[in-house]
Amino acid sequence: MNKSILKQIGLWVLIVIISVYALFPFYYAIITSFKSGSAIFQVTYWPTDFSLANYVGVMQSGHFPRNIFNSILVSFAVVVLSLLLAITASYALARVRFKGRGALLFTILSVSMFPQIAVLAGLFEMVRYLGLYNNLLSLILAYMIFTLPFTVWVLTTFMRDLPIELEEAAIVDGAKPHQIIFKVFMPLMWPALVTTGLLAFIAAWNEFLFALTFVSNDAQRTVPVAIALLSGATEQEIPWGPIMAASVIVTVPLVILVLIFQRRIVAGLTAGAVKG
Amino acid sequence: MVTATSSLPQAETKAATKSTQLTREKIRAAWIFLTPMILVLLAVAAWPLIRTIWFGFTDARLSVPGSGEWIGFENYLYWLDYGGGDGEWIGILADPTWWRAVYNTVYFTVIAVSIETVLGLIVALVLNAQFAGRGFVRAAILVPWAIPTIVSAKMWDWMLNDQFGILNDLFMMVGLISAPIAWTSSPDTAMWAVIMVDVWKTTPFMALLILAGMQMLPGDIYEAAKVDGVHPVKVFFKVTLPLIKPAIMVAVIFRMLDSLRIFDLIYVLTPNNVQTVTMSVYARQHLFDFDNFAYGSAASTLLFLIIAGTTILYIYAGRVNLSGDK
Repeated sequence: MNKSILKQIGLWVLIVIISVYALFPFYYAIITSFKSGSAIFQVTYWPTDFSLANYVGVMQSGHFPRNIFNSILVSFAVVVLSLLLAITASYALARVRFKGRGALLFTILSVSMFPQIAVLAGLFEMVRYLGLYNNLLSLILAYMIFTLPFTVWVLTTFMRDLPIELEEAAIVDGAKPHQIIFKVFMPLMWPALVTTGLLAFIAAWNEFLFALTFVSNDAQRTVPVAIALLSGATEQEIPWGPIMAASVIVTVPLVILVLIFQRRIVAGLTAGAVKG
Repeated sequence: MVTATSSLPQAETKAATKSTQLTREKIRAAWIFLTPMILVLLAVAAWPLIRTIWFGFTDARLSVPGSGEWIGFENYLYWLDYGGGDGEWIGILADPTWWRAVYNTVYFTVIAVSIETVLGLIVALVLNAQFAGRGFVRAAILVPWAIPTIVSAKMWDWMLNDQFGILNDLFMMVGLISAPIAWTSSPDTAMWAVIMVDVWKTTPFMALLILAGMQMLPGDIYEAAKVDGVHPVKVFFKVTLPLIKPAIMVAVIFRMLDSLRIFDLIYVLTPNNVQTVTMSVYARQHLFDFDNFAYGSAASTLLFLIIAGTTILYIYAGRVNLSGDK
């Protein structure tokens, strides 16, 4: 009896530590972002100020609203494009037996493990050759290297588990493969599409190396690079208030998405690794 | 495939022909479906990789248009002859900064992934227990995972600030340190600052993968252990740990491959700090900042080889089935 109470207390202590550890940095960024002037240099553990000055400042100065728009555009395009390419490809990989299927799956998985830096030089040459330097299309193209293998992989494992009877019935009814995909499987695939789409969106939204390298024009930058390069009036003076405000602005939508779709995201993350 | 059971040979052949025809049609459709994806992957992965490797064997510079003569292994290792038996080795493999970057990367990977594995295991065990508000805690640990790396670097940079940082304040209040520490710029602590942020950001991923492995374990083993009165700690080490080893292995591989190529966190948190320059940072500096495109490409190629080698070794040693074929 005594022992189980102790155990309960121990568990709850751990739960509190884990939650505080996970949430504190973001909480601290939020309370910092509401401080203005010299209040920012006063360490406080609880919210003290509620000034919107940093938010107004960051939204009015420079290109930040434009950067947000760029990030949204790139991330959406990446999601749509990789899902479109992956749906048909994963049908072929999951439901059709053909020579070289194992090798192809293995190659796709290897690509997802590529270090981005290994393709950076080659992609840079290609981007310049195609005239896409400082163009968001370069990012949409480059992001395929990490969203596409992942999307194909997860959708393939998902499609493999769909009942064969459905497909057989459709074939008996004379359905062609593309009809099987879009008429029979698609309605069942929404959960998987939402999950992979979300994960691809977050990956594209957060990407830094390509965005830093292929775009050098302030107006064309995406938010991670914009935040990384946010600087003050002088070189020494780091504008912590606006940086925290910008950080909160770009993170809040992600946190909301994660809270709404947490089950789907966990399922997708683990399907990408464990289930395979 | 063919399951015609008719006793009439003619009907059987007919069915078989129809079936192979169907299969052939299906395979053709499969390749049509696969082609766009394969083309895109060739364009963004295979071709750029080949070009990067090629550039590593040339003298290409971004500032010199048209440069890119084949120079063999000179970027990697080259004996610069001063004449008279005098000379020195130059190239990446003779560059102490490169070896420093290799050391930093490996050091970071080993320490960070080890801490993440242990913490991830603890978090997974907690989340595997039944308690009110479990959904909340699971959502809470997803927050660090979802926050962009750049944003977490900035958030921690602020918390680690030497003058106004809350961590110095907290540690001094508790009595852990007696004077403020310049976490990100001091040579002794820069790497630990990077590790601190990385652990915070990626432990959730580790925990979720391990948790998924735990939830696949059959419950009756635990019932049996309970009935036999086996101590829970013993159950953990003798039953749980061996059974979730595959899940841990997969999580560790993913995290290791990620850590070996770390770039953004270091670029933002500890720029220009020799203590934390990793292979990716070294390669990018040469590619774009030092106007040494070919040299940077050669370094990228080396990093690629190291990561590929690690993967193969790990899969071989751990016998982890990643191919996905059932």
